[in-house]
Amino acid sequence: MAPVLDIQNLKKCFGKFIAVDTLSFQVEDGCFFSILGPSGCGKTTLLRMIAGFQTPTEGQLLIRGRDMHAVPPNRRPVNLVFQNLALFPMMNVRENIAFGLKRQKIAAAEIARRVDSMLERVHLPGYGDKDIAQLSGGQKQRVAIARSLVLEPSLLLLDEPLGALDLKLREQMKIELKKLQADVGTTFMYITHDQSEALVMSNRVAVMNHGRFEQIDTPRNLYSNPASRFVAGFVGETNILPVRVTSSAPLKVQTTFGLELYGTAVSQPQGDQLDLFIRPESIILDPADSIGDINLFSLTVRSILFDGSNTKLLATMEHSDFELTVALPQNQQFSHIGKGDTVKAGVHAGSCRCYPRG
Amino acid sequence: MKNHLRLGLFIFLTPVLLWLLLLIIVPHIELLIMSLHGKNDTGDMVWTLANYRHFFTEEIYWYTFVRTALYAIIVTILTFLVTFPVAFYITKVVSPRLTGFLTILLLMPFWVSELVRVYGWMILLRESGVINHLLVSTGLLKVPVEMLYNDISMLMGLVYTSMLFMVVPLISSLESMDDSLIEAAHDLGASPTTIFLRIIIPYAAPGITSGAIVVFMLALGNYLTPKLMGGKNSLWFTEQIYNEFIASFNWNQGAAFGFLLLALSSILIWSGLKISRQHLGKALS
Repeated sequence: MAPVLDIQNLKKCFGKFIAVDTLSFQVEDGCFFSILGPSGCGKTTLLRMIAGFQTPTEGQLLIRGRDMHAVPPNRRPVNLVFQNLALFPMMNVRENIAFGLKRQKIAAAEIARRVDSMLERVHLPGYGDKDIAQLSGGQKQRVAIARSLVLEPSLLLLDEPLGALDLKLREQMKIELKKLQADVGTTFMYITHDQSEALVMSNRVAVMNHGRFEQIDTPRNLYSNPASRFVAGFVGETNILPVRVTSSAPLKVQTTFGLELYGTAVSQPQGDQLDLFIRPESIILDPADSIGDINLFSLTVRSILFDGSNTKLLATMEHSDFELTVALPQNQQFSHIGKGDTVKAGVHAGSCRCYPRG
Repeated sequence: MKNHLRLGLFIFLTPVLLWLLLLIIVPHIELLIMSLHGKNDTGDMVWTLANYRHFFTEEIYWYTFVRTALYAIIVTILTFLVTFPVAFYITKVVSPRLTGFLTILLLMPFWVSELVRVYGWMILLRESGVINHLLVSTGLLKVPVEMLYNDISMLMGLVYTSMLFMVVPLISSLESMDDSLIEAAHDLGASPTTIFLRIIIPYAAPGITSGAIVVFMLALGNYLTPKLMGGKNSLWFTEQIYNEFIASFNWNQGAAFGFLLLALSSILIWSGLKISRQHLGKALS
């Protein structure tokens, strides 16, 4: 069976500016596919091309094997949940959800049945006769999704729909959306600049930058094996140290303040100037002597950033002003550490990922 | 604090109330009393309904009244049809930077008085006017035609003079409409016609209503344009009122006509609101 979405050499230019640069990828059926990228990377343009609001400059766009060239948005088997939701303020919840069904000339009784079951599905039973203005942010969110889902699209496009919600609600909606997608089985294509949204909800994530995909992978791989410098820096928190290669095989690098570290080269290094990426949680505090194959250094604690389970240390590396963020393990083992203390620390060579300097 | 609020309310409300009382309510009470008075057979002033009876028995008044109402409705509809595409173009099609500039261009003619604008039309349309001159000199016409003093030129003049009052509320209501509503409707399967009828018109409905009310009332109560562009045949009801007051010097009859016009516009606006299921407060806010 053809993939839900098949994009071949898709390109979109605005004058001289290339918003989407020759993309090719596929989205499998039933997948929760996210596109993660900073603002201005072209992700919204890509989404709008799939929805049909913008025509590609070059390339092909197939949905379920059908070429979408010159098919207007109202005839595409995709639906878009807008960033600002775009609920119709002059209609109530039921009329909003029924809007698309009415356009398909479905019998009134069938529409009523489907709207009710959809309301049930998004946990808003009995809300049909409410006005849009009466709903809370999260409820509006769900109505917007229901309005699109009720049409049973091949592909549901979501353009940062959680952006306007407050943090607590966003966390809750993340889980709800993921559940909903698993429930209905519709292919979701989710656009966001929030890496946590992408990582939590998706089966696959594409990291986009300057109109190109840097990496398409599972959230886990994206986090632990970022393929490029951009991905390593954009997905998850990380420490970046500018280094110089002193020997290759095994790769050994030296920081600007003279510390020598063993590292792993992700791509073939060009030149000897690299950037070294270390995740805060891969730094081991007070490592046992038995651990081999480890870079050792000392850290001086500058401050403790207490954030419950996400508490971090801000520490300078030995003989330097270079600040490193270190995740503090969950157990109380290191609760004695205070400001100004010096701690021994280590990091595996495999966790010191080196990328050519961007 | 509460006293302050009350004082503020008092200060701001007083001029409004005074204005209403002195310029609207008092004269209307006077007019009402006047309209209910008439000379009896012996020439004395007595309370009577004769002025109103007169209106219903004399065919010409009745005819002018209905004609004025119908034409005012037609003017309102025509004004809407002319200004809606303009308002839509200004707010949704051109880049937002141009919106303000185009709106000002649109409003500019209205800095000139209505009288001057109507004379402008007359210069264009009259028998020795610009259009006739052009048509004759290019050979399209052998002899100049009189284009003024008919219903069509009168309607055109009325539409032209009321355009401003329709276009401003339309622009402001369309401007507040998020473009994504149109896109969302398109995405959900609506054709351009459906989007227009189900999304844009309902969204702009309060603006349309307020524009329509103002245009209708202005057209109904207009005296200048029907008089100048429609000429003697215009048969606009305001002219009947004028005639009663000034020409026949029958103030009692004129007052009765004035009240009938007031009743007519109130009833028509009320039923218009009922039919379109709009609310006056919402439309004018």
